[in-house]
Order: sequence, then structure tokens, then C-alpha cells
Amino acid sequence: MLSIVEIDYGTPKATSTTMVELEIDGRSVQVPEGTSVLRAAAQMGIGIPKLCATDMLEVFGSCRLCLVEIEGRKGYPASCTTPVSPGMKVHTQTSRLAEIRRGVMELYISDHPLDCLTCPANGHCELQDMAGVVGLREVRYGYDGANHVHAEKKDGSANPLFAAKDISNPYFTFDPSKCIACSRCVRACEEVQGTFALTIQGRGFESKVAASQDNRFLDSECVSCGACVQACPTATLSEKSLIDMGQAEHSVVTTCAYCGVGCSFRAEMKGQDIVRMVPNKDGHANHGHSCVKGRFAIGYATHPDRITTPMIRARISDPWRVVSWDEAIAHVASEFKRLQARYGKHSVGGITSSRCTNEETYLVQKLVRAGFGNNNVDTCARVCHSPTGYGLKATMGESAGTQDFDSIEATDVVLVIGANPTDAHPVFGSQMKRRLRAGAKLIVVDPRRIDLVRTPHIQADYHLRLRPGTNVAVLDALAHVIVTENLVDEAFVAQRCEAVAFAKWRAFVAQDKYSPEAMESVTGVPASIVRGAARLYATGGNSAIYYGLGVTEHAQGSTAVMAIANLAMATGNIGREGVGVNPLRGQNNVQGSCDMGSFPHEFPGYRHVGDDAVRHSFEQAWGVPLLSEPGLRIPNMFEAALDGSFKGLYIEGEDIAQSDPDTQHVTAALTAMECIVVQDLFLNETAKYAHVFLPGSSFLEKDGTFVNAERRVSRVRKVMEPKGGYADWEITQLLAQAMGYPMNYTHPTQIMDEIAQLTPTFHGVSFDKIDQLGSIQWPCNDQHPLGTPVMHVDEFVRGKGRFMLTEYVPTAEKVNAEHPLILTTGRILSQYNVGAQTRRTANVMWHDEDRLEIHPHDAEERGINEGDWVGIQSRAGDTVLRAMISERMQPGVVYTTFHFPGSGANVITTENSDWATNCPEYKVTAVQVTRVTQPSDWQKRHRAFSDAQEALLNPSTKPA
Amino acid sequence: MNIERLVTMANDIATFFEVEPDHELAVSSVRDHLKRFWDPVMRRQLKVHLGAGGEGLLPLAREAVAGLDVPPADAG
Repeated sequence: MLSIVEIDYGTPKATSTTMVELEIDGRSVQVPEGTSVLRAAAQMGIGIPKLCATDMLEVFGSCRLCLVEIEGRKGYPASCTTPVSPGMKVHTQTSRLAEIRRGVMELYISDHPLDCLTCPANGHCELQDMAGVVGLREVRYGYDGANHVHAEKKDGSANPLFAAKDISNPYFTFDPSKCIACSRCVRACEEVQGTFALTIQGRGFESKVAASQDNRFLDSECVSCGACVQACPTATLSEKSLIDMGQAEHSVVTTCAYCGVGCSFRAEMKGQDIVRMVPNKDGHANHGHSCVKGRFAIGYATHPDRITTPMIRARISDPWRVVSWDEAIAHVASEFKRLQARYGKHSVGGITSSRCTNEETYLVQKLVRAGFGNNNVDTCARVCHSPTGYGLKATMGESAGTQDFDSIEATDVVLVIGANPTDAHPVFGSQMKRRLRAGAKLIVVDPRRIDLVRTPHIQADYHLRLRPGTNVAVLDALAHVIVTENLVDEAFVAQRCEAVAFAKWRAFVAQDKYSPEAMESVTGVPASIVRGAARLYATGGNSAIYYGLGVTEHAQGSTAVMAIANLAMATGNIGREGVGVNPLRGQNNVQGSCDMGSFPHEFPGYRHVGDDAVRHSFEQAWGVPLLSEPGLRIPNMFEAALDGSFKGLYIEGEDIAQSDPDTQHVTAALTAMECIVVQDLFLNETAKYAHVFLPGSSFLEKDGTFVNAERRVSRVRKVMEPKGGYADWEITQLLAQAMGYPMNYTHPTQIMDEIAQLTPTFHGVSFDKIDQLGSIQWPCNDQHPLGTPVMHVDEFVRGKGRFMLTEYVPTAEKVNAEHPLILTTGRILSQYNVGAQTRRTANVMWHDEDRLEIHPHDAEERGINEGDWVGIQSRAGDTVLRAMISERMQPGVVYTTFHFPGSGANVITTENSDWATNCPEYKVTAVQVTRVTQPSDWQKRHRAFSDAQEALLNPSTKPA
Repeated sequence: MNIERLVTMANDIATFFEVEPDHELAVSSVRDHLKRFWDPVMRRQLKVHLGAGGEGLLPLAREAVAGLDVPPADAG
């Protein structure tokens, strides 16, 4: 079912700038060349009956309902497949057309159940609407003949055409008896999602929709994105929530709180209850598409595990005591004041959340800098994209990606490195696949054979299957080929980049030691493949690089980001549509949390705390003196806690005890602190070490903005009251007031106004303007009042682009006899990061435990079979998971996801980190793997500790 | 804080800039990085460590730390 508020124009918008004038029903209209007659009429408000057409899909022309008459043409052409032409005179309503349409509808309805009043689509069924529109009054054929409607024939025998309802998918049902074989679901699966899981099976009257050759939906290749459910004009594919609740009565546009794609959704509501989430066709990041998480996995927001009352305790072995907000806030303020009086001003700090809004993140860093009086503020970007901020700032001058997602429509060569967009950024992954199916070339640099390497109608031209930890070696080898084979865009470099730095870089990468042949033994990638990939990237037209945490989460993460920027600059692939350097951000608002000054050395807008003019502007606005020296980063906070100088931490929506590396080191640091305040939806792993719990609010419970991976600022809108009583920004404000620092905002829009006033890149951003434009890509200011889709157009933000020397330095994490395998980590489609949200939804049906993926050769050597329990040991710790044997892995490399706390993936990861930012080296850990029969000691301790902590929860903290 | 960890981190920074052919630029780059990104407590500790012999520090890191500006410790 389509959105309850959007208008469906029937066919996609034409992009031509040439206008065509025609006449429909006696009225004149001008539309772009290539527009269908159906769409032209719809734009005038003339509704031509239709069933198989929808503007989300290419025209198909099967339902025969949208027929029209055109003067001077024979017959009755379908208006969806007929493009407009100059001077055309169209009649959409004639007695002959009415007769034909009634005849068509009569046939449809003769094979459709007549349970309209009890049907979930009732109220928004396109078939029902069309029956009404055409004036269908009788069905002369009766219902006794061949049909798909009844399980039994009239004589009591089984009806071979009938198929029972498939309820296997947790979020939607498939009722074939209601199918009109319009193919909208099949086309949505192909065109929009690009999975090709659905097909029309059989021919003629036996035609039917089937998922992966007659599997149940859950067992098929279906990825549960829901595009088919949205496209279905009847109740054949229906959300279970819609079936349960009935039609929504209002709709609110908001932004998804999962990955960095930042999809726009219409939350279709009944009062304060969500009936369904429908991706917004006008959403600039997603254009009406979504994934299984954003559309369906929202049940966590109302899950019984939510803690909705503040709680405190003196020691973590004490039971939690439910307290009032007043008591909780007063307690935190008195504790933090006590700690600062006793251990010094710098003994406390805060962590901002990449899941919270910009306004909330801004307030937390303001509380730390102005209220606590130090710069000990950091955010989870520390452990994901901090090298992006550093590397792109150093080379190009701005800590953000250079393009919008739609830029890929003009890309000829896509280079994906250390990213798995079809799992981790699925909606953009679908857009990328669409472009690749249309003919763009593909280079994948990844140790694993990710889905993108070979997926329906797509095959990577080059897959550089490197050894984990050798990104920089591969990037330098690519640069070597570009420089030594004279593939440099000399004009671009001469005009746009620093000459001295470029000359040094050219000489540096031209050294023989960086030739693909010399690097082959290091990277494991055949030299010919590297050469081919380099030539394609440099000469294939518009080339764009997309990268993820497989680049940043390394000891040389920042080096790799700079090496990527070097490649783009050397080949002139920057500053226009179709090219660029595109970090795929992990969390919904990780870009925004960085933009908002969450790092200890930077104010909002990436300006160093040591910059006097900038600091004075904040001192003036905030009314207090501010420090000019950087504060502690998250790993520094842990070190300082362990040596006794850091004692109090305010954590807004982040689970460091699960997400940060070397878990045992982290929990030792947490245990060493005296006041840990966790503000979250759930009693997460970190909260088990906390002294104060403040119930946070989900994205559905507040107003604000998120910034996605394209620098796009989008609105988050409140659709229900906060379960705990306050939105997160209000909690931070209460805390500031109790600490003696005044904050008196009455709505997040005032916070954004302050951000805009103090931050040049956000200068033109306001809630009003976002409401007008839908979304805005920063920089948005007087020079770019409507925002900036593509950056560095005429010059780099820093002026001239700066090439950096990126020497390959092997990681200290080396395989040896004791730890002969390399463990690398990643995400899976159905789950999200630490899993706090998705584990509390039916998404566990796709992934209910983290497994260790291992190559058959490595498994056989160790006597490991599919599903065996295996112990994974590193020098940091050990854990136990079940094995999954997979040829996606290369021999010598094992892989796991980290979505379940009991998996202990981070018990194994080490303290190694990026040289520039301390971003952890999650992607490379030397391990041994052996068959075992029981959980690891850590897992047993963790289980016992978790059980004990659950027992300390007062049952009254949870809603009944 | 654990001085060995700080030494490793400083060495990692020095290793990145080691490849810079202009030695003075390499030294100032390491120094600037420490100044811009490290909390003064960590810088101070590293400087004290250098004063005590600087065990484990790479030559480039030593040079950078030697000229590193560290604000006086405040009581906070």
C-alpha cells in the first residue's frame, strides 16, 4: 500500500528540459519531453484509472485500465506507455473508454475475493478504488469457475490454483488470493531494491507471484526491505501492523535513526501509535526506498525492556533505586561537583551520542565545555570515522564526504573499499546497484567476497582481495600505477593542488617499492589486477570512491583516508557530479555529532579550541571562559580512569562496554570510576557499570535534526511523548542547570538557531528552512543559501588540495604460530551495531547470534564443522562462537559480526589504534581458532554478571 | 597514564611523518600533532618521560617532544 498522503503520478518524472505542450480533456498543459500521458494528466489533477502503474516504477503497461483516446490515432493506447507529443489532443473519459474499463475491472474482480469490509487494505485499496471509479456494478462471470480465491472447488476438491497465505515474514503477509498479477511487487524487488527475489511464475491464468522459486518469503532471497509491500495495490502484501491496527489517520515526516543513509520516512500514525513506516518519496536521501531496519525494526521503541524511570545506586553491586527526576539530577550534579572538588576540574567528562539529534549532541558538548569547565568530551565517531575527519581535513580542508548520494547517477566507475553497502547502508546500496546495472564499472577492494562482488546482473570488474591491514599498500600501489603510467590529471593538479606537496608525493609513490609487483607479496593481490583497477579508475570517466569502516578502523586508518583523497585529486575526480570521496557513515547522526563539536579538540564546525577568535565567539555566547587545550579522548579517559585521575562520566546514548575494543580493559576503567551516568533507552552493557541511569528518549519522542553521510540536515519530528518524561536535550539542560550553568531552551529550534549563529557551515540552517526545502546539505550560508550537494567545486575548502605522503607501515598486530589467523569484523543487514535496537525486534529471525565465518581450508585443518563451537583467542582475550564455514573468506582470515553482547567480539580486539585519532584497529586481530565444548571464561563471567545486574533492577522500573 | 602506551602512540605519529623528506617539517608536524590533539596532561607526562631518558621513543618523536610546548599544570 502506498503512503496515505502521497499523490501517485503513475510514471516516473521525466528529466528533460524541453517542454511539450498538449491538450488533455480540452485543457492545455506543458510537461517535460518524455512524460507519459498518464503523468501529464495526473499533474493537472486528472485521474486516469490505473492499476499496474506507479511513479516508483518504470512503466509496464499490463493492466489495460489507463487506456485513452488520442485524436488522429487509432485504437485506445495505454496512457502510461504513451509519451506526450506536441499538439496531442487526449480524451480520458469517453463512453467507449468507460465500457472498456468496466470490462477490464469485471475480469479482475471475477478472480478476487469480495471481503472488502474486513480486508486490511480497506480504505486505501487501489483495486477497490478503481472498481468505484469505473462504476463496476456487476460481475457477469460469477465465481464458480477457475479462480485463485477459494481453497476448494465447488465440488469440494482442492483448487490447484489456490495458495494459502504466507505469514512466514515477521513483518508482512503474502495472500496470493488477493493478487491481481500487476507485477508491481516483482518490479519493485528488481528496480528499487535490486534483489530480484520475486518473479511471476507460470503463464496465462496460472501466472502467480513467487519468492525464489516458490519458497516461503522468509526462506527466500527476500531481504525484507518492504518495497513490494509498499508497491502492492491490494492487500496481497500487507504489513502485519496494518492488519492488526487498521488504517492510520495521520502521517508525520521524520528521519530514520539507523544507519548514515538517513532515510526520510512518513510515520503513519493512529494517535501516538505507529501503524507503519513508509519511506518518503520526496526524501532526498532515499527517494521512497528503505531497508528492513528502517521500515520494520522500530518495535524497540516501545519494547518492555525500555527503562522509563531514573534510577541511582551508590555501588554497582547495589540494587537500583527508582528515584524522581529531581533526585536523580540533583544526585548527578552533587556527585560531579564532589569529584571536581576532590580530584580536580578535569576529573569528569562526557560522551555525546551519534544516535541523538544535533541539538542534543551540541548541548552535551556545551555542558562539558561550559558547565564542567574542561574539554573532556568525545563521541563514538572516535571508534569509527574519526580518521575520515582527520584525513579529509588534512588533504581537502573539510571533515566530510564530498558528494550527495544522487551523484552516483553520473558515475562511470565505482570504487568500493572497506565498505559493504548492501548490508550496512542498504538503501544507498540499492541505488549503487541500480547504477551498476545501468552499466557503471565496479572495483571492490575487500578481504571478503562481499555480496556486491557478484549479485544479480552485477559483477565486479576487479576484486582486489587484499589481506586485512594492507589498505595503504594497495592504495599506494594504485597511486604508483597512476603516476608511472602517466594517468595523472596534470591540468587539475596544476590548477587545484599545492605544487610542492604534489611533487613530493609523485616522487614518493613512484618508488619501485610501491609497484603492484613489489607489493603483491604484502597485499596478496595479483599485480595485474591492481594495474587494471588503477587504469580503470584513472581513465574510466567519472570515478567515485565509496569507503567505510574497513578503511578507518585500522592502525593506518587516517593514512588510508589520505591515500584515498590523494587518488581522487591526482585523477581530477573531485569537485563535480559523479566523482568524489564518499565516506559511508555508520550511525544515523555520526556526521552530525562530529559537526556539533563532539571531539575534545574542536568546537562545532571543526574549529580547534586553540583558535582564539573562534573560542572568544563561544565564550561570548556562552558567557564563560573556555579552555584552549584539547581534552581527553575516550581511550585516554579509560587510561586516566585506571590511573585514578578520571572519576566521573556522563554518557548519552552510547554503549562503550560493548562497542569499544578490549572489553576487559574498558570494564576495568569503568569499575575504577566513582560516578558513571548512563542516559539510554535500555540497561545496556555500560549501564551495568553505572551509578545513575537516566531514561533517554527514542527518535520518535523528540524534535531535532540528524546529519547523514551526505552532510544532509533533515528533521526528526516527535510523534509520541517521551516514555521517560523528557527528551534527551531536556535532560542535559536539567543537568546543566543543576551544575550551576544556565540553559533555558524551550524547543530544539532555539538550539539550532544558536548552532547556526556560531557555526559558519550551519549559518543558513534553521528548522523553518528545512521545513521549506525538505532537507539541506551543509555548508549552508550566504554563499550557498540552499546548501551544497557537491563540495570543493572551484577550489578546495582549504584552498589548494594537499597531497600527503602515505607510507605503508605494517600493523604491529602480526600473525605468528600462536595466533596464525586474522580476525576482521563487520555488520549484517538485519542487525545494527551493538544490536540494542535490532535485537529487540523480529529482525533476530534473520540473525540471532554472531557466528565466526571461516574458510573451509582453515576449518578442515582444525577439525571444525559447520555449527561447531569454536574458541577464538587473541592476546587480549578469548571468546566462543559457533562456526560458519564460508568461501566468502580467504584462507587465513576469519570474520564475525558484533551485534550480541554475549559474543564478546571486543574481548578479543586489542588496544592498537590509528596513529592520528586513536580509532581502534577493529579490523585486524591475530587469533587462533580451536574447537571447544563450552563458553569462554569471560562469557561465563559476563553471563553471571549480567544476570546479577538484571536482578538488581526493580521490576517497577519497567512499564507493565 | 600508562607511559608505555603514550610512547607507542607518539611513536606511531612519528612513524607517519618519518617519510617526510624535509626533516624540520617532519619534526614540527609531529610536534604540532601532539599539541593539537593531545590533552596537556599526556603531553606533560611524555615530556617528563623524555627528561628521564625517554626510553622507547623513536628519534623523530624525541626531537618533537623536546620542543613541545606544555602549559603548566593547573590545580583544576
